[in-house]
Amino acid sequence: MTINAPNTPETQSLPLGPYPRIVTHAFDVPNIDQLEVYRAHGGYEALAKALRDFQPEALAEEVKASGLRGRGGAGFATGVKWGFLPKESARPRYLCVNADESEPGTFKDRMIMEVSPHQVVEGTILAAYATRVRHAFIYIRGELPRAYQQVERAVREAYEAGLLGKNILGSGYDLEITVHPGAGAYICGEESALLESLEGKRGYPRLKPPFPALVGLYGGPTVINNLETVASLPAIVRLGAATYAQYGTEKSKGTRVYCLSGHVERPGNYELPLGTPLRTLIEDFGGGVWQGKKLKAIIPGGSSTNFLTPDQIDTPLDFESILAAGSMLGSAGVVVLDEDTCIVGAVLRMTEFYRDESCGKCTPCREGTYWLVQLLERLEEGHGKESDIDLLNDICDNIAGKSFCPLGDAATSSIVSSIRLWRDEYIHHVRAHACLVGPGANRKRDAAAV
Amino acid sequence: MISDEVKAQMRAIAARYPQPRSAMLPCLHLAQQTEGYITPEGAQAVAQAVGARVDEVESVVSFYSMYTTKPLGAQVIKVCTSVSCYLRGSDALLARLEERLGVKKGQTASDGRFTLDMIECLAACGMAPVLQVNGEFVENVTPERADALLDRLERGEGVGDMGSRWRLTEQGGFTTAGSTTSASGDSGEPAKENS
Repeated sequence: MTINAPNTPETQSLPLGPYPRIVTHAFDVPNIDQLEVYRAHGGYEALAKALRDFQPEALAEEVKASGLRGRGGAGFATGVKWGFLPKESARPRYLCVNADESEPGTFKDRMIMEVSPHQVVEGTILAAYATRVRHAFIYIRGELPRAYQQVERAVREAYEAGLLGKNILGSGYDLEITVHPGAGAYICGEESALLESLEGKRGYPRLKPPFPALVGLYGGPTVINNLETVASLPAIVRLGAATYAQYGTEKSKGTRVYCLSGHVERPGNYELPLGTPLRTLIEDFGGGVWQGKKLKAIIPGGSSTNFLTPDQIDTPLDFESILAAGSMLGSAGVVVLDEDTCIVGAVLRMTEFYRDESCGKCTPCREGTYWLVQLLERLEEGHGKESDIDLLNDICDNIAGKSFCPLGDAATSSIVSSIRLWRDEYIHHVRAHACLVGPGANRKRDAAAV
Repeated sequence: MISDEVKAQMRAIAARYPQPRSAMLPCLHLAQQTEGYITPEGAQAVAQAVGARVDEVESVVSFYSMYTTKPLGAQVIKVCTSVSCYLRGSDALLARLEERLGVKKGQTASDGRFTLDMIECLAACGMAPVLQVNGEFVENVTPERADALLDRLERGEGVGDMGSRWRLTEQGGFTTAGSTTSASGDSGEPAKENS
């Protein structure tokens, strides 16, 4: 099957076609994880160009001009974020690349590290150079040993090839990279918890302000960038900011690696320009809802984001459009739910994740997520009361915005949005002691009859 | 036992960081890899290498889910049960494994060959349901593939070619599903946990 590319004057004039793979452009090249193969396909040319043609500030300006925004979740403009570092500081400054990928529905960073680790290294050097950092860290989720091995090896090879260490490519720029493994804690994807973890402590979030740009790792000014963000930098430098910025929308430039999962025929990672409609991703690329079923719900940006409904399938996948539709683009983990999915069951499963991953520092999140799971369990099993539904909303209201970090807020998204959209289905669980759809519909009705 | 050689490795890891305490997590991984779990001796060795007190090391151990203070089976199978895997049958997969191995999640078989557990989202959602065997991914684990995998593991053959390889699909997407040959750059051998 071929994809029906939009055939408009705008797309025809695009330099790399309407659906270019920019970040993943060489991912189908055999052995692209090897240094010589990566170099044969343009690898480290961006680094050479940057060190030759750009002062650090000019490189940061180029990235600003590309419109690149953080690919971790919040979508903050990368070049602007770098600009928050103070010009001078008493303590050393650091870069931390956040590869603690663990948002349910998200599997792009793991792929980038496993397939193209030298791109990760090159992007890290570019980000460090632009921010005048001399020591960078790549924090890789502990449960991804293959990704860790690949990146660790690439770093070692880069040192041996003179691409890291003292006087990189004869430029006078020095950089050390330390690859660091996590050890199992979703919270360490939150930037201040990541810093605590990197300092050898429990991964508890810090109170902000001060923000890491001023007081970060070891108290020094620190920039934290998502892994896909830094992996985008080589292509931006190689192609030029102007070419990159021709893709996407006015405020959401470039491409993203959309992680498509759930009830679709062809789940996978699809790199598409920002602003590509959900329908194009789900139907043209993903082959539509599996088994010929109808669509029930879409989670557009990982399990921390609000549900969207079938009537919103023409929403463009960019930061502004998804926000206007009532959710967030987040980590671009697009999860599709078919018509036979019990929404209470799915929300229960998502909430269990946040209960288990709450670090326990803040009471509203630690206790609240526990209560939410208890109530959802009761409802799903058919023993709930109608007042439980409002109680869920009430607890969510007492969690959101009342903790150090956004983990608790994230736990409330699926609950509040699902009650708003499918309140009848919650009520059905109370009145019929059974699910409305899915295997729980019959099982529980039978149990109630016994 | 934590040998002098392992202690030297820990000191070498600590030297990679501006402050040795930052080597806490990788040194604990090394201790666990060496002894199978975090023993009092292992915690002591890490404390010395990174310049922390033993109780500080223990506090870190109890926070992170990958560390264990009790021995596990030779092959640790962890099934992802987060939302994308849940939508594609992870609970049935877990039940199937519980039945065949004769253990419940969180338990180790009496002969010490297998530990079965659940794990939070493994960043493999497009290839759901997924599991890891000693850190090595096996994806798209249908009931048939689960049986084939356990047959292999019981024969001591490891994950072998059931492990994951990324490939480009006709539609221009990337997945590890549907092919045992690699069309991607991921050329090396699959990883073992924490190595």
